[in-house]
Amino acid sequence: MEFILFLLRRFTRLLLTILIISTIIFFVIRVIPGDPALVVAGIDASDEEIQAIRVKLGTDAPVAVQYINWMKDMVKLDFGKSLTSNQPVLKIIRQRFSLTFTLAILGILLGVIIAIPLGVLSAVHRWSLWDYFGMVFSQLGMAVPSFWLGIILLLIFSVKFPIFPLFGSDSLKNLVLPAIALGFARAAVILRLTRASMVDELSKEYIITARAKGLTEKMIHYRHALKNALIPVVTVTGIQFGYMLGGAIIIEQVFSLPGLGRLFLYAIYQRDFPLIQGGVVFIAIIFSLTNFIVDIFYSILNPKIRLS
Amino acid sequence: MELIVKNLDLSFVSGGSEAHALRGIDFSVKEGEIHSLVGESGSGKTVTSTAIMRLLLSPPARINSGEIILDGINTLKMQEKEHRKIRGKKIAMIFQEPSKYLNPTLKIGKQITESLILHLGMDKKEAVLRALAILETVGLGGGKRVLNSYPHELSGGMKQRAMIAIAISCNPDFLIADEPTTALDVTLQLQILELILSLKEKLSMGILFISHDLRVVHDISDRISVIYAGKIVEGTSKNELFSNPLHPYTQLLLKSIPDAEKRGTRLTTIPGKVPDAENIPTGCAFHPRCPKAQDICREKEPEMKEYIKGHFSACHFSQGEGF
Repeated sequence: MEFILFLLRRFTRLLLTILIISTIIFFVIRVIPGDPALVVAGIDASDEEIQAIRVKLGTDAPVAVQYINWMKDMVKLDFGKSLTSNQPVLKIIRQRFSLTFTLAILGILLGVIIAIPLGVLSAVHRWSLWDYFGMVFSQLGMAVPSFWLGIILLLIFSVKFPIFPLFGSDSLKNLVLPAIALGFARAAVILRLTRASMVDELSKEYIITARAKGLTEKMIHYRHALKNALIPVVTVTGIQFGYMLGGAIIIEQVFSLPGLGRLFLYAIYQRDFPLIQGGVVFIAIIFSLTNFIVDIFYSILNPKIRLS
Repeated sequence: MELIVKNLDLSFVSGGSEAHALRGIDFSVKEGEIHSLVGESGSGKTVTSTAIMRLLLSPPARINSGEIILDGINTLKMQEKEHRKIRGKKIAMIFQEPSKYLNPTLKIGKQITESLILHLGMDKKEAVLRALAILETVGLGGGKRVLNSYPHELSGGMKQRAMIAIAISCNPDFLIADEPTTALDVTLQLQILELILSLKEKLSMGILFISHDLRVVHDISDRISVIYAGKIVEGTSKNELFSNPLHPYTQLLLKSIPDAEKRGTRLTTIPGKVPDAENIPTGCAFHPRCPKAQDICREKEPEMKEYIKGHFSACHFSQGEGF
């Protein structure tokens, strides 16, 4: 019961966040100098043509009316039609989303699978070989830009040793290298945090109680410390996942993957305003949803959260 | 059965400096008695108890000499694996701040049953039944509800009871209670003390009670050892200690207990403070603060002697019937 109430509270908060985000996006677009219609129409367009585009974009109405229309569309999840392809924005985004999503999930999974065990090992065996390996790993991960890593991976594993395909996006095999390129930096961050958090937990008093009970070191580490240590890790992993959707834009470019990133980049080149707007709102919604899911995990790990 | 600490000498070594925290501690706790270890902060009470439980990190802690004998066996000679089997089973410990010493994300039930499963080989069901019985013993009504609670859902007093429940779950022969009431308010203090007394009776445990509060110690102890700068300076039965303290340090400690009869007069305090474990004074460690100090106190360390039957003191000027 307590948990359901908690979920409801968090869900309301999610809706509110999305409402505020879409409001901000609406105003940001209108505050930025320049009339989209002018940009879309080009230099040679006549006043009538420009006016026609304004009507099409809906920017001819007073701002208040535009806002109400915008909000109405938001509720219906209607982002309008793309100017270039004339298809509904949501439909285009949906087509491209699954690739980017799979890529991000693979990336974060890879990051978590490497980073959390390595972080725990580094914390438990401080200043051991594991720890040094972890340090080098995370230094590299933070220093190496993902697009560069992507290119190097392609050169080694697709060109020199053709293990993975150079082009294409139809099989999971195509996504391995981009996921590594994307996940490496994330793994570095998660690794550092896991280690720090685990070290912190192991120095807490309840660990002394666990020792006094005669528990084995394994039980102390995994049953007692790890659950507490993972609380901040889960939060940051969620945020990292959000960033990953953004980072995918660059990686998709490197690997020529037709994902969301390429779509939005293309939309910006083409001045496809409805698509850009829709894209920004969509990413924002995904970000908020991720946070919502993280909150749920967080509350499972940390019983104190459910009360507040 | 007896827990004997013999001539325990322990230092903390880090870098080039050495802090001589325990300089030959001697005392024993018998089955069914409460033996209190009393002293100021920094005197070595907690180091003694955590050394018995082998909870000190080594390094920096280093045991120089001595024995800790439990049930006839010197536990200092045990491998960690063997020692782990007696911790929580034969000897258990409760701590000062239960809110810090309980795992915040594990349910109380789990924190109790894991020892039962580990040490007594119970299955989950048996362990839960036993845990419910233990909750009764420590006066935590509410049974299953408490087992399913997280520490933050319990009050301070309940948390300390839960801590005690965890400690006594495997029915240990000895319990070390390190200032278990210091973090609690006065009414709760009394309740927890009564609980500890009743446990001693019911389970005939030997309890090593660590405290800086002589009034608390007076209410609960059978025997008392006074510790100063890493050494026991006086040890005897409670009544003897309170009626006939032999060591000047004990005498001053007793004088500095505030009580209603002394209302309006100035509180007696002992000037100075406990010496650093890195800088123990020569001779008797108490001599810089001692009103009776003579030349001999600066030069020669007094030996622990039995001045009256069952009453030991380590002072050049203690007098008794000549035991």
